[in-house]
Amino acid sequence: MGRERIAKRAAQELTDGMVVNLGIGIPSLIPNFLGDKRIFFQAENGVLGIGKSPSKGKEDPNLCNAAGYPVTVVSGASYFDSATAFAMIRKGLIDVTVLGGLQVSEKGDLANWMVPGKRVPGVGGGMELAQKTKKVIVVMSHVNKDGEPKIVSTCTLPLTAKRCVDLIITDQAVIEVTDEGLLLTEVMAPYDVEDVVRQTAAPLRVAAGVKRVE
Amino acid sequence: MVRNEYGKIISIEQATAYITDGCSLMVGGFGGIGSPPSLLQAIMERGVGELTLICNDTAFPHLGVGPLICEGRVKKAIVSHIGSNPIAGQRLHDGTLDVEFCPQGVLVERIRAGGAGLGGILVDIGVDHEWLGAGKQVIEVNGKRFLLEQPLTADVSIVYAKKADPFGNLIYDKSARNTNPLVAMAGMITIAEVEEIVPLGALDPEAIVTPGVFVNYIVQSNGVNWKWIWEENVSPSGQRKN
Repeated sequence: MGRERIAKRAAQELTDGMVVNLGIGIPSLIPNFLGDKRIFFQAENGVLGIGKSPSKGKEDPNLCNAAGYPVTVVSGASYFDSATAFAMIRKGLIDVTVLGGLQVSEKGDLANWMVPGKRVPGVGGGMELAQKTKKVIVVMSHVNKDGEPKIVSTCTLPLTAKRCVDLIITDQAVIEVTDEGLLLTEVMAPYDVEDVVRQTAAPLRVAAGVKRVE
Repeated sequence: MVRNEYGKIISIEQATAYITDGCSLMVGGFGGIGSPPSLLQAIMERGVGELTLICNDTAFPHLGVGPLICEGRVKKAIVSHIGSNPIAGQRLHDGTLDVEFCPQGVLVERIRAGGAGLGGILVDIGVDHEWLGAGKQVIEVNGKRFLLEQPLTADVSIVYAKKADPFGNLIYDKSARNTNPLVAMAGMITIAEVEEIVPLGALDPEAIVTPGVFVNYIVQSNGVNWKWIWEENVSPSGQRKN
């Protein structure tokens, strides 16, 4: 499954001791691929140290993540109010956030919260996370439902934050956002470099040692 | 038996009398979890309308502040997110609900500022954003640009807590704390719905999160109603059933 594969690849970016905030959707699958890495997961509703999902019947109605799903906590976890949660985020104490995306530009601009005239869910905590987290990873399908590239020269959808994205992981590729523009570092089989270049609507440099992931 | 020595412990019926047509109502909770369920149900049954609602989000259609939105009791909502309540989206689209979107961290800090008696806050979130910054004053401090965001208060704040003593000192329960301590500070009148009312002195002063001076009234909760929300709203594949 594409979603699992993207989540598995994103999980490789997380290392022991990191403080990480995961968005909803594909990012929420990442904990399934972390093995025994010790990560402190933070949630905007006021938890640092989210653990595994509880088994059925063991859910605590007063303990959930920012999407409302029941969770458990690890040793060393803490609870706090939402203003404190965003103090951590704005102060830059979150090492990595993994967010979904509608469009990412070649400069690393992110649009992920509304489609004018269609869907206006609101930005939630996405602006703070995108603007302030040390490393922003966007996970998404490479093209949208109409087959249009989601990686573009300039975003046409309303922005979440400018120049915030560091790494893009899709079902086709891993692309770094560098000062010199987008750099293709990995291609996911069955796609090849030509497929990725064709379905990316922004200049894409191909790294010398570009990897093909089977 | 807990003595009502400060006169703050009242019935849910008495509490809802403070929430009237056209008032501004601030509600604790995040996705409906941690919103005071018994007070919200009583407000629905009492039939007030034209409310200005200040809350993290519009919750789910059947949970938290969701029913107030669905039944058209709210004329304006100041929130960070409406995605989990499709009726809120419909009402925004057809013009029966005015929504002021505010980034979540900015929203809670505006509430905190209102509760802390501040005149505003300076934030760089969205400072160059085309619509977020529209109409807001930009203030430069040491060469950095910030938006001046206005504090938020409300005629009435309602919150949910685990325990209160008769003075209104509150402790919360895990992530159901979320926006409640901030909302508790920002009401002209603050009403706390609590799972348990304990005698004065029963709460460890070191553990109290909201000092009772912020709390005007306390009501006994009839129990939480969001226990199975993740099963009602989420299909096995993890997709929201919107």
